[in-house]
Amino acid sequence: MTDTSNTGGPAAPAQKGPVARFIQATELDTRLLGMLGALALIWVGFHVYGAVVNGFGAFLTPRNLWNLSVQTSSIGIMACGMVLVIVTRHIDLSVGSVLGFCAIIMGVTQVWLLPQLLGLEHWAIWIITVIVGLITGTLIGAFHGYLIAYLSIPAFIVTLGGLLAWRGAGFLVARGETISPVDSTFRLLGGTADGAIGATGSWILGLIGVAAVIASVVLGRRQRVTHGFALRPVWADWFIGIVGSAALVGAVMLVNSYYWPRGIVRRYAEDNGIEIPPEGLFISYGFAIPVLILVAVGIIMSLVMSRTRFGRYVYAIGGNPEAASLAGINTKWMTVKIFALMGFLAGLSAAVASARLGSATNALGTLDELYVIAAAVIGGTSLAGGVGTIYGAILGAVVMQSLQTGMVLIGFDAAIQQIVVGSVLVLAVYLDNLYRRASK
Amino acid sequence: MSTAKTPIDRSGTPLVDMRDICISFGGVHAVDHVSVDLYPGEVVGLLGHNGAGKSTLIKILSGAYAMDSGEIYVDGEKAIINNPRDARSYNIETIYQTLALADNLDAASNLFLGRELVSPIGFVNDDAMEAETRKIMARLNPNFKKFKDPVSALSGGQRQSVAIARAVYFNARILIMDEPTAALGPHETQMVSELITQLKAEGIGIFLISHDIHDVMELCDRASVMKNGQLVGTVDVDDVTDDDLLGMIILGKHPGEG
Repeated sequence: MTDTSNTGGPAAPAQKGPVARFIQATELDTRLLGMLGALALIWVGFHVYGAVVNGFGAFLTPRNLWNLSVQTSSIGIMACGMVLVIVTRHIDLSVGSVLGFCAIIMGVTQVWLLPQLLGLEHWAIWIITVIVGLITGTLIGAFHGYLIAYLSIPAFIVTLGGLLAWRGAGFLVARGETISPVDSTFRLLGGTADGAIGATGSWILGLIGVAAVIASVVLGRRQRVTHGFALRPVWADWFIGIVGSAALVGAVMLVNSYYWPRGIVRRYAEDNGIEIPPEGLFISYGFAIPVLILVAVGIIMSLVMSRTRFGRYVYAIGGNPEAASLAGINTKWMTVKIFALMGFLAGLSAAVASARLGSATNALGTLDELYVIAAAVIGGTSLAGGVGTIYGAILGAVVMQSLQTGMVLIGFDAAIQQIVVGSVLVLAVYLDNLYRRASK
Repeated sequence: MSTAKTPIDRSGTPLVDMRDICISFGGVHAVDHVSVDLYPGEVVGLLGHNGAGKSTLIKILSGAYAMDSGEIYVDGEKAIINNPRDARSYNIETIYQTLALADNLDAASNLFLGRELVSPIGFVNDDAMEAETRKIMARLNPNFKKFKDPVSALSGGQRQSVAIARAVYFNARILIMDEPTAALGPHETQMVSELITQLKAEGIGIFLISHDIHDVMELCDRASVMKNGQLVGTVDVDDVTDDDLLGMIILGKHPGEG
């Protein structure tokens, strides 16, 4: 993108093609468009392959996409934190082990400790458990950050040590046992039939989202008028508003067209004394709770990165640590906060992962650090620092999960899956390099 | 131009008085018992070879290094400067030789780095910062138009004007300029010279680090020369010739010593 519109020379927009003009008018991130395109290609590709070779395209079905969204959650949540770590030129290899350790601590809390104090299935158990898990993750992350910032041990080494140490610590705490069953309310965090908010709830959230999209377009326009900046063309504003709203409505319709399996419906009907009509009872899943957690984390972290001083300093440190320090930013304390945030998100991810599993095992989160780093990097986060976005990392997590799910659906074995995912990671970074060079 | 200089009134308290400053790195005395001062509306040139200790001395004043011993007085009162934030609280602004810009951020983000304008709910107000940046750039460098691009996309002169804007915007009273024209073409160098004259007229005190004797002769009122971490001497620029200054820099000899 050799965009010359801002150089102040004699403007020559007439020579630009329609695509360039469209991108300029809507101010959309070309990398985002590229990733969405790649994702669409992967989805359609797997579906068509399944339809042609196996006689059944299983990918683009409500059931698969719903499951895909749930499976992405745990990695996606952590990828949001990994962006900050990598943008500031660090790395965190310990997140998988920290996830495992937090899951064990939460398992011990809700299965071994709290039922004795409060009684089994007490309403407060899940809340206390989650808080304990989040605090555990945050403290571990802050400790890592302290070692990195104040004792000047490279992040690679500190977190490589953490990768081994926290896995071992989890084993010791749980004495190697699998801790189950977890509290039934806690289980909802994992996204099962119960752990989704149903059709009505999904519509309400979807419409709130639509309102937010429209409000941001309108407010953005008003801000620009206030400061006398150039406005987007009206059609571009309309376009963004309509596409954004349509995507949200589409997502709601998708998750609402995935229905509970017959067995669960029968049990639910019996429990609640509902007569099942002859044509069958259809209960929609709606958005899964872990997906909503991921969306909330994504929105909050995006706001933090683009709208707060903290986020601004993260990018500044990544771009030029010395300049950040000379500008009065306490870069060491920032490092502690960034790793603490990473630990917090690992704790949150641990709640989702162990709730989904229904138990806490020491193996939970094994190899997650690599998937999380890969998600962030596929999403455009540069290991050289200073560059990276939250939405990119989440999209990166979706791309990776799509590849794995897709290959399972069309019947590739695990060995080939590993080869493909590994190759895609390398290819994605290569393409990103080409893009960066072209846009200079 | 040097003939048109108005004499500086040095009867009052100096704006900055650095007394007996020492700092060493691993046994090397980078700055060794150096004292310099600066009065309102004055430009003091700091001269010396690479490694003479000029930049180190100035980084102590700007808070980047903590001195081992010595005292700094601002307006006659003892100043405690432990980090860049402290220096900024005394209205000491610095234009570093490296410019100290975060290349991945745009001009406004760099200008306000560490001092962002925030809305009542604590969010950074990018639009307001861009508007302010547009205002000051209109004054400093009217040709500057790349407000949305990261500063890595800017030319040397444009980057320099961002660094200068950052120092000037926040009402600096004491300005440190470390080789401000090293990366600039003749036209831009002229603009910096004019800016220095203008800031001087506003009563701002400026420490100017330069390798260029002509710059110093033209722009400075006094020159302090350093060699091997020590102060050779401070002279009134009107009292010395180019050769005198060169002698101080190269031989470490004070012109009075013959």
